[in-house]
Amino acid sequence: MAADAFDVAVVGGGLVGVATAWGLAREGCRVVVLDEGDRAVRASRGNFALVWVQSKGLGLPAYTSWTLRSSNAWAGFAQTLKEETGLDVCFQRPGGLHLALSDHELEARATTLKRLHNQAGAADYKAEMLDRAQVAKMVPAIGPDVVGGSYCPFDGHVNSLRLFRTLHTAIHARDVTYLPSHRVESIFKEGGEFRLRTAVREIRAAKVALAASNANMRLAPMVGLEAPMRPERGQIVVTERLRPFLHHPVTTIRQTDEGTVMIGDSKEDSTDSSRLTIGVSAKEAERAVRMFPLLARANVVRTWSAIRVMTQDGFPIYDQSESHPGAFTVCCHSGVTLAANHALSIAPMIARGALDGSLVAPFSARRFHVQKTG
Amino acid sequence: MFRRLADAGTAVGLTVDGRPIEARAGDTVAAALLAAGIGPCRTTPVSAAPRAPYCLMGVCFDCLVTIDGVGSRQACLVPVHEGMKVETQQGKREAGR
Repeated sequence: MAADAFDVAVVGGGLVGVATAWGLAREGCRVVVLDEGDRAVRASRGNFALVWVQSKGLGLPAYTSWTLRSSNAWAGFAQTLKEETGLDVCFQRPGGLHLALSDHELEARATTLKRLHNQAGAADYKAEMLDRAQVAKMVPAIGPDVVGGSYCPFDGHVNSLRLFRTLHTAIHARDVTYLPSHRVESIFKEGGEFRLRTAVREIRAAKVALAASNANMRLAPMVGLEAPMRPERGQIVVTERLRPFLHHPVTTIRQTDEGTVMIGDSKEDSTDSSRLTIGVSAKEAERAVRMFPLLARANVVRTWSAIRVMTQDGFPIYDQSESHPGAFTVCCHSGVTLAANHALSIAPMIARGALDGSLVAPFSARRFHVQKTG
Repeated sequence: MFRRLADAGTAVGLTVDGRPIEARAGDTVAAALLAAGIGPCRTTPVSAAPRAPYCLMGVCFDCLVTIDGVGSRQACLVPVHEGMKVETQQGKREAGR
């Protein structure tokens, strides 16, 4: 085989790409990962690191099952990564909370969970509504404004920067070829193989997995696929390291294994991750202090904004091209939560050359092909 | 280890973990700690490694201490005042303090 020819070319070296690449390498594939450089817009370095189940899947019950599957596979996934790399990604699944700061918020949450639960074919993920006293029992540090919340025992979190590093270490150990600063400009099929053109050189591969997050929108049409995306911006506020006080991750606040508190409670219609909106950071910090008043004394050590990877309807997209067999999309918002699925379920499907419809048929981008009225 | 070049300023009294020390007006907290022979002023939150004032110009963040109840302040950037209460920090700070 020529030096630049591979079984699978994975486009994108973020969490989705490297999880998929690792899974493919475990299947015995010769894999290349084509990545952008250090200045890439990279959700893998800006995300909130939840492995989150509750509230996922409203409008698409298969997404609840898919998420639950990954949550259940996560402990084994983390363990295998540790065995292969010696690195601990600090996966914990203590169960997670969503907190309400008003009766209105609490009712809205209860309605969402009820609608999720009532969907035909919805997996039972054991979410329950809690009153204030029940929440206080789990997290005594809550403030007087917390009226209650919801709890799901399958929610957890990881150290996502370490996950990113660990996956890169793991693919390196499995002889995956990682090529940074190889932004894919075009992809075409010639002589029964894919050719991926970059400014540096052309790569040939029997299969292609597009894991380039929001850039899949640009790449997918080159191989007869589509990935309608709607990126949005989120901001995160990070405190100094504090002694553990929060033993359950909350939708918008979590304390990491090393004591840092991360606060992320914002959505903005922007694709500029180079700046912050101070008013937005202030608002999320203010809500965090109402949830946990002791945070008022904590020092903030950094804030950042990052671009969320988001498909148009928020659900993942997994497809194999009909016009270009061997080309796949692996595209989703939740690159952390679904990392176990991408490594252990999606990668073997790509290695076999066929997606397993019983698991991922609902995630085809064909769902976007509905008649638009009006 | 450190000796003052000249006793120019007037004496200022402060406490470090409850122990009285004497500084000079115009000292930063970091200078006062070093002049009093106090080396490590904290241990790091993750590996518990000892840290002492190092760069003395606000860059390295090694000299973090609690000053008058406010945690993780840069000792090298805060001038001493009479009656100041300085506390060294052990590992992670306690939330809410």
